[in-house]
Amino acid sequence: MPGKATKKNHLTLDHNGRITVENTVLHIEGMLTHQSIPVLKKTIRKHRKMLVSSIDLAKLKYIDSTGVVFIDWLRKKLFPGAEVRHADAKTQKALETFSSQGVKIPKPPREAGFLEAAGNILVQTWNAFRDILYLTSEIILWSFYGIFTSRGRRKGSVSQQMVLIGSNAVGIVGLLSIVLGLIIALQSAAQLRQFGAGVYIADLIAISMVREMGPMMTAIIIAGRSGSSFAAEISTMKVTEELDALRMMALNPIRYVVVPKFLAISVCMPLLVMLSIILGIFGGFIIGLTYLDLNLVTYFNQTINILEPKDLLIGLSKSVFFAWVIVIIGSYFGFRAEGGAEGVGKVTTSAVVASIFAVIVFDAIFSLIYMF
Amino acid sequence: MPEPIIQIQNLTTRFGDRIILDQINLDIYPREVTVILGESGCGKTTLLKSITGLVTPEKGEIFIFGRPFTESDEKKYKETLQRMGVLFQNGALLNSVTVKDNVAIPLEQHSHLDPELIEKSVAVKLRLVGLTHAMHLLPSELSGGMRKRAALARAIALDPEILFCDEPSAGLDPLSSAALDKLILTLKEQFNMTILVVTHELASIHRIADRIVFLDEGKILFTGTLEDAKSCGIKTVETFFETGSF
Repeated sequence: MPGKATKKNHLTLDHNGRITVENTVLHIEGMLTHQSIPVLKKTIRKHRKMLVSSIDLAKLKYIDSTGVVFIDWLRKKLFPGAEVRHADAKTQKALETFSSQGVKIPKPPREAGFLEAAGNILVQTWNAFRDILYLTSEIILWSFYGIFTSRGRRKGSVSQQMVLIGSNAVGIVGLLSIVLGLIIALQSAAQLRQFGAGVYIADLIAISMVREMGPMMTAIIIAGRSGSSFAAEISTMKVTEELDALRMMALNPIRYVVVPKFLAISVCMPLLVMLSIILGIFGGFIIGLTYLDLNLVTYFNQTINILEPKDLLIGLSKSVFFAWVIVIIGSYFGFRAEGGAEGVGKVTTSAVVASIFAVIVFDAIFSLIYMF
Repeated sequence: MPEPIIQIQNLTTRFGDRIILDQINLDIYPREVTVILGESGCGKTTLLKSITGLVTPEKGEIFIFGRPFTESDEKKYKETLQRMGVLFQNGALLNSVTVKDNVAIPLEQHSHLDPELIEKSVAVKLRLVGLTHAMHLLPSELSGGMRKRAALARAIALDPEILFCDEPSAGLDPLSSAALDKLILTLKEQFNMTILVVTHELASIHRIADRIVFLDEGKILFTGTLEDAKSCGIKTVETFFETGSF
């Protein structure tokens, strides 16, 4: 049973609003806004058993939309059936305009169960695989045409891409390759010296740089540098409808946007890998010279003797394959972008992660193949 | 005439060597819809952004609610910001969260309301703009007009005293545009809101404007009522109201 509220109870008072209960009438005075409601609501909850038959708004100075929601809440949750009285015309209009009664809040979409989620992942993976195959075939087809004709792409776009992908990456690839050669040599020099086998540092550096570290390191740098830029550029073009505009001008977006990158990276990557190999060997030579007392002639004779043309061929063929992987993954994620800036950011991150992952996995596969 | 709610004194804004706003003096009066109009590139949006503090002017002072609107007193600055709402030209919704969460942000951050009332309040705002059904959608799943309406719901989440709207009708169909104008008028009448609108949609201006501010090359060419504007004797202004073009 609701208790009686015959006495005048000052429930709460703050600088904005005031609520009193007198003879089953709840009086709301002053300001009823989102600032005053939290205090009023907290206090009035303690007195929820009071009998209130009506809510009097005669002394209400101002009500905002949250105030209307609050009155609806009072009438629904605390004092069912209480009617609103003495609301002036403006308040009455506000009560009508901002009433939350009858507003149905839709339920958030149901989350998929385990099996449904697993099925979705399977379908998405299959779709992604299929899309990558389609994209790859289209890129290879148009790139093959692109070797013979520059139609369908902007003039000078291949050389422009070669500058962006190749020339601009020379510094970072070169510097990291020297450091890499230094690190590998430093790590092995002490052990080799113990056995009097210091001269074999040249063999170790040469084989590892030519067959593995040169192509892989360069590919990782290019994936981070250019792969991200491919994905960002294409995805931005997608969200700003530039790709649609190309289609409407009867231009194939792959031919116009991707082919120049594909051709440019196919040329630049082996060159960058060659640079990386040479500078990595040079980095190893610095340690051989300073720590293992090797001279220039001994070090480079040893290097040339251990290397076979097959090694260089393996390194360079891998580099071309990695280059294609980077372009295809960057383009795939770029074309998948949805939404605005958020979508661009997402696909760029995914493209870099996926390219680096793919480069390392394919490198492992190549290593296995070449072992036999 | 009531005290102005916004006072702009000698406002000069420059981007590099280009003067965008040149010695602007302007008073905005409470409970009125003031429309800033002018040709593209005349400085309308820059004026709006200068008033809201998003662009730092080179010279001049801005008073809002009778006190200088500067970041030097952080508490008062934030307090003033909470009494203002801005509807950006492209909505500027946060893309990573749903429409509901976008509208709830000001209520969650600047009020102590419990989640139940916040949810109801958000639902009411979204019903006002006709987007209750899109509550759980991401902004990227909305059309341009829906995004703008959701942005308006967020701008009025805290029932601001001043509402700034940057080209609210741009990109909307005539019906949506008229509905948005009706909502702007409801907000003005219901909550005594002062509304500053940047637009050059003639139909919209006729529906909502109490006062016109006509900008031309960074200077105010005319201020006054719509009726006065039509016969002010300034050729550019009169031509605009006659032909709808500059």
